[in-house]
Amino acid sequence: MSDHQQGQDAIFRGTSGGDAALKDRKSIIGTPNAALPAFVLGEELADLADHDPRIVVLTADLANANRTNDFRKRHPERFFNVGIAEKNMITVAAGMASCGNIPYAATFASFCAILGAEQLKTDCAYPGMKVRLIGHHSGMSMGFYGTSHHALEDLAMTRTIADLTVICATDANHLRAILRASLNHPGAMYIRLGRGRDPQVYADVPRDFAIGKAATLREGKTISLICCGSVVRATLDAAQLLAERGIEARVIDMHTLKPLDEAAIRKAAQETGAILTIEEHNITGGLGSAAAEVLVSEGRIPFQRHGIPDEFVPVGPPAALYAQYKLDAPGIAEKVLTLLGGTRTTN
Amino acid sequence: MTGAVGERGHNVSRAFLADRAMFVRLARICGAGHYSSTFSAAELFASLYYAHLKLDPRDPKWPDRDRFVLSKGHAAIGLYPILAHLGYFPPELLDNFTRLGSAFGDHPNMKHIPGIDFSSGSLGHGLSIAVGMALSARVQKRDYRVYCMLGDGELAEGQIWEAAMSAGHYKLQGLIAIVDRNQLCIDGRTEDVMAIEPVEERFRSFGWEAQRIDGHDFDSILAALGRLKPAGTGRPQVIIADTIKGRGVRRMELSLQWHVANLAGDDYADAEAEIRAGLQPYREKAHV
Repeated sequence: MSDHQQGQDAIFRGTSGGDAALKDRKSIIGTPNAALPAFVLGEELADLADHDPRIVVLTADLANANRTNDFRKRHPERFFNVGIAEKNMITVAAGMASCGNIPYAATFASFCAILGAEQLKTDCAYPGMKVRLIGHHSGMSMGFYGTSHHALEDLAMTRTIADLTVICATDANHLRAILRASLNHPGAMYIRLGRGRDPQVYADVPRDFAIGKAATLREGKTISLICCGSVVRATLDAAQLLAERGIEARVIDMHTLKPLDEAAIRKAAQETGAILTIEEHNITGGLGSAAAEVLVSEGRIPFQRHGIPDEFVPVGPPAALYAQYKLDAPGIAEKVLTLLGGTRTTN
Repeated sequence: MTGAVGERGHNVSRAFLADRAMFVRLARICGAGHYSSTFSAAELFASLYYAHLKLDPRDPKWPDRDRFVLSKGHAAIGLYPILAHLGYFPPELLDNFTRLGSAFGDHPNMKHIPGIDFSSGSLGHGLSIAVGMALSARVQKRDYRVYCMLGDGELAEGQIWEAAMSAGHYKLQGLIAIVDRNQLCIDGRTEDVMAIEPVEERFRSFGWEAQRIDGHDFDSILAALGRLKPAGTGRPQVIIADTIKGRGVRRMELSLQWHVANLAGDDYADAEAEIRAGLQPYREKAHV
C-alpha cells in the first residue's frame, strides 16, 4: 500500500484508539499527524469541557472519523452519538442549547450544512441558539467517494442564513483558536473543516485570532490572494513560487465568511494591484462571491474568483482533484499569472 | 365539560371558555387563522397550563420549569391567550397580533414571547427539540419534564421518527409527547393522505409507553397526565389524544375548509355564541 493510500484509509476508517503507529509517523503532507485537525477536535473540546460544564458534544455515527471519541472517553456523560440521523442531531443540539448547554455537533459537511440546512436555519440561527455545527470533510476532500459526500455548496447555503457565523478552520492550531473563541460568541455557528489532514499554516495557536478578523499571512503589493480553509497552505506555497518570479503576493486568510472582514478586502483593493479569491467550493456563492459583493463598490480592480466551476467534479483521489482544478500551489500560481498577464494586456 | 379544578386554583373549564373565544378574536385581527387545529387542541392546552405543568409565570426562564414545545406551531393562537391569562405578558399585547412589528405571529417566537420555550412552525422538528431538552435535564441533573405537542399529520415527517428512536434509545422517561389526533391534515383524512395508524403500536415499537384518551374530555386528559411517570430513566411517554379538528364550532368540525380560513360578519358572531354556550355533544355529519 502506498503512503497515499494509507493516509486515505486513516481518515475514513477512523484513527481513534490503537493507532499509535499512525499517529507517530509523518503524514503524506509533511505535518505530523498529531498536529492535524482530525486529531485535535475531540481533544480540544474535552480540554475546554474540563473547565466549562455547559459543553456537550454530538455526532451522527462518525465518532471515530471526527475523533469526538476522544471527547467521549473523558466526558462520556456529555457525549451523544445519535446514529445516522443528522437532522435529529442538529435539532437535538438546538434543544440542548435552549436549556443552557453549548453543543458542538459534528458530521460530514455534506450531511450537516446541506442535508441539515433547514434545521440549521430554523432551529439554530433563527432562535439564536449557541449551537456549533462542525462540518468536516468539506469541499471535495472525500475525493473518490463522489458528489454525495462532497460539500462544494455549504458556504453558499450557510452564508445566506441571518444571524449565523460561518467560519473555516485552516489547520489544527487554527481550529483550536476557533473552538476557544466560540465559547463566548453569541448565536449559532457553522465551522467548516477540511479533510482533517490539512497541512500546517499556523505554527502555534494564533494568539491574535478573532472571529470576523482576517489574518494577513504574507505581505505583498502586486496582488492579494484571499483564501480560506483547506487551500491556505497551497496559496502560501503559490506565493512563494510567485516571489521567485518577482511577484509579491499578499496572502489573506479570510477564515470568517460571516461576518465578513470587509475592511480587509477594501484595503487589499486599495493597496494591491489585483485580487484573486481561492476556495475549495463552487465559485457561486462562496468566498469569491462574498468578496465580489464588497468589491462592487470599490471601483475597477482586476479580480477573479478561483474555485470549482459550476459543475459536479469527477471521482478521483483528492490530490488529483486539487491538481485538476488548479487548487494546488502550481495551479494557484498559474491562475495568478493568467490574471496578471490579462491585466497587463488590458490595462 | 366537567369543570375539573386545577392545582393553581383555576377553574380549568371556565378559564378555557374565555380562551376559546380569544382564538377566534385573534384570527379575526389577523384576517386568517388556524382555527380548527387550535380547537382540536384546546382542552389539551388548558389542562396542561392550568392544571399540570410546573411553571412560574413570574420567572419564565426558571431553569427547573417543565418545558412545553408546540411542535404544531400553527396552533399558537391556542397558547397565547393562556400565557396572557397566566400573567406571562399583558393581554392587551395580543391586540396587535400579527401586525407589523408584533411579537405574536401565526407561529410562536421564543425570542419575543415570554413563556414560549422554543420557536416552531416547521413541522417535524419539535420532538427533536424536546429530546435535546430532556438530555439537558439529564446532563444538568434536573428533574423537569418536557412536553411536546405533535399534530397527527405531522407524524409523516421523517425527523419525528428519528427523534422517537433517540428518545427510546436514551430512555427519556421525562419526555412526554402528546399527539393531537384530530384526524385531518390539509388535504384530507390522514388515513387517506398518509396513514399514521396504528399510532400507539408504532410508538411502542420505538420503546415508548402509550395511552389513548378522549382529547376533549378534561377528566380523561387530567387522569392521563396524572398517570405520567416522573423524569428518570425509562420509557418515554406518549398520549394519543383523539380529537376532532374544529371542535366546538359546528361548521368547522372535521371540515377541510377551515384549516386556514377567516370568519367574517354574522358568521363570527354565530361562532362566538356557539363557543360561549360551551361544548355540545359531537354529532357526526353526513359527509366530510
